[in-house]
Amino acid sequence: MSTPPGVVATARMIAARDLRIEWRARVVMNQVIPFAAVTMVLFAFAVDDTGALGRLAPGLVWLTVMFSLLLCAQRAFAIESADGALEALRVAGVDPVGIFLGKAAALAVQLLALAAVMVLAALILYDLDPPAGGVVLLVTSAICATCALAATGTIYAGLAAGVSGRETLLPLLVVPVVSPVLIGATRAVEAALGTGGTAVADGWPWVGLLAVVAVASAVVGALTFGSAIRD
Amino acid sequence: MSADRPTTPDRDHGSTDAAVVLEAAVVVMGAFPALAGVDLRVRRGTLVGLRGPNGAGKTTVLRLCAGLLRPDRGTARVLNVDVADDPAPLRWRVGYLGHSNGLYDDLTALENVTFWASTVGAGRGDVDAAMAAMEISDRLRDVRVRHLSAGQRRRVALAGLVARRCELWLLDEPHTGLDVDARDQLDRLLRAGADAGATVMLSSHDLDRVDAMVDHGVDLVAGRVSREVRR
Repeated sequence: MSTPPGVVATARMIAARDLRIEWRARVVMNQVIPFAAVTMVLFAFAVDDTGALGRLAPGLVWLTVMFSLLLCAQRAFAIESADGALEALRVAGVDPVGIFLGKAAALAVQLLALAAVMVLAALILYDLDPPAGGVVLLVTSAICATCALAATGTIYAGLAAGVSGRETLLPLLVVPVVSPVLIGATRAVEAALGTGGTAVADGWPWVGLLAVVAVASAVVGALTFGSAIRD
Repeated sequence: MSADRPTTPDRDHGSTDAAVVLEAAVVVMGAFPALAGVDLRVRRGTLVGLRGPNGAGKTTVLRLCAGLLRPDRGTARVLNVDVADDPAPLRWRVGYLGHSNGLYDDLTALENVTFWASTVGAGRGDVDAAMAAMEISDRLRDVRVRHLSAGQRRRVALAGLVARRCELWLLDEPHTGLDVDARDQLDRLLRAGADAGATVMLSSHDLDRVDAMVDHGVDLVAGRVSREVRR
C-alpha cells in the first residue's frame, strides 16, 4: 500500500508542478512582465519629471507588482479549474496545507522575479542610484513582501476559484488586504533607494512588518485553505 | 445477468465485506432531492454498473461515495468510513474520475500520470504499469495533453487513476470520448482491477456494455434504486 506524502513533500510537488507549467506556458514571462513594464514606461511619460519619478518609483514598483499578483494568482487557479483538477486534488486527499504552501511558494518565486525586473527597470528608467547598504535592504524587503503577497493572493484566489465572476471578485478581496504590504514595501524600498529622504536603517522596521505579515498570512492560509477550496 | 432482485437492500454481506453501504441516503441539491433514499450495498472486489436516465442520481451516488457530498439524511459508509462524519481518511483510498479529467494542459501525459501517482506516494513502476495498461504509447507519453484528443486525454486520466492503486474506483461515464477499441480496452482494465481486489463503480448510458461487463447492476430512477441485478 502506498503512503501519501507529507505536507513538505506535497508542497514541493505542487510548487515544482506550477513552476514547470509556468515555464512551459510562459504567461508571466510573455504577458505579465510586459504588462508591468509598459505600466512603468507609461507612468514615466505621464509624469515626465525625473525628480518626481524618483520619489514615486518605490510605490509604483509595488503597485505594479500588486496588479501583477492579481494576474498571477488568477492564473495559478485557472490551471486547477480548467479540467477539474482542484476537485480531483480534494478527492485524492492531497493535504490542503501542502497545496497552499506549494502554490504560494510558486507564486512567490514568480513575483520575486517580477519585482527584480521592475526594480531594475525603475533604476534605469527613473535614473536612480541606491546608496551603499541599500541593496541588502532592497533584496530582503522584496523577499518578505513577495512572500506576503503570494500567501495572501493564494488564499483569496483559492476562495474565489469556484465562484462565478472571480475575475472581478479577486481584486476586490485582495487589494484592501494587501495594502499594509504595499505601504511597508514602498517605505522599505524608499529607504533602500534613498528616495524618500530617509536613511537605509529606517527601512528595516518596515522589513520586520513585512516579515510578520508574511508569516501571519502563511499561518492563516495554512489553517483556512482547506475550507476555502472545499466551499 | 443471472438473477434479478427487488430493490430491498442486500443484508447478506457484513460491513467488513462491503465497500459501500448506503442506507436510506438522501442528498438534496437546493430544493431538489438528487437522492431520495438510496439503499445500496456493494461487495468489495466487484464491478458495479449504475444505470439510469439523466437526473436519476448516478453521478450523485458516485460523488457521495467519493466523499464530495454528504448525506442530508440516512447513512453512507465507504470502506468502513462514515462519509457524514469525516470523509478525509477515505480519500486517498478512493479514485474518482468525473466528467472532467483533472489534467494539466501544459504537462505531458507522463508528467500528469506521475503527478497523480505521487499524490499517494506511488512510484515509477506504478506509473509505467498504468501507462502500459492504458496503451499510452511512447509517442504519446511525452506530448503535452493540450495536444491530445478527447479520447487520449481520457486514457491519460484513467492511467492516473490506475497508477494510484486505489481500493475503490468511481468512474462517471468513463466510456465518454473513447472509440470502440479504447472502450473494450477500458472494460478489460476495469475487470482486471476488480479481479485484483479493487471495487469498481461506474455509471454509463451504454446499457448493453454495462450489462455485459458488471457483476452487480444497479438501476436508478428519480433518486432511488429501482432494481438490482447480481451475477
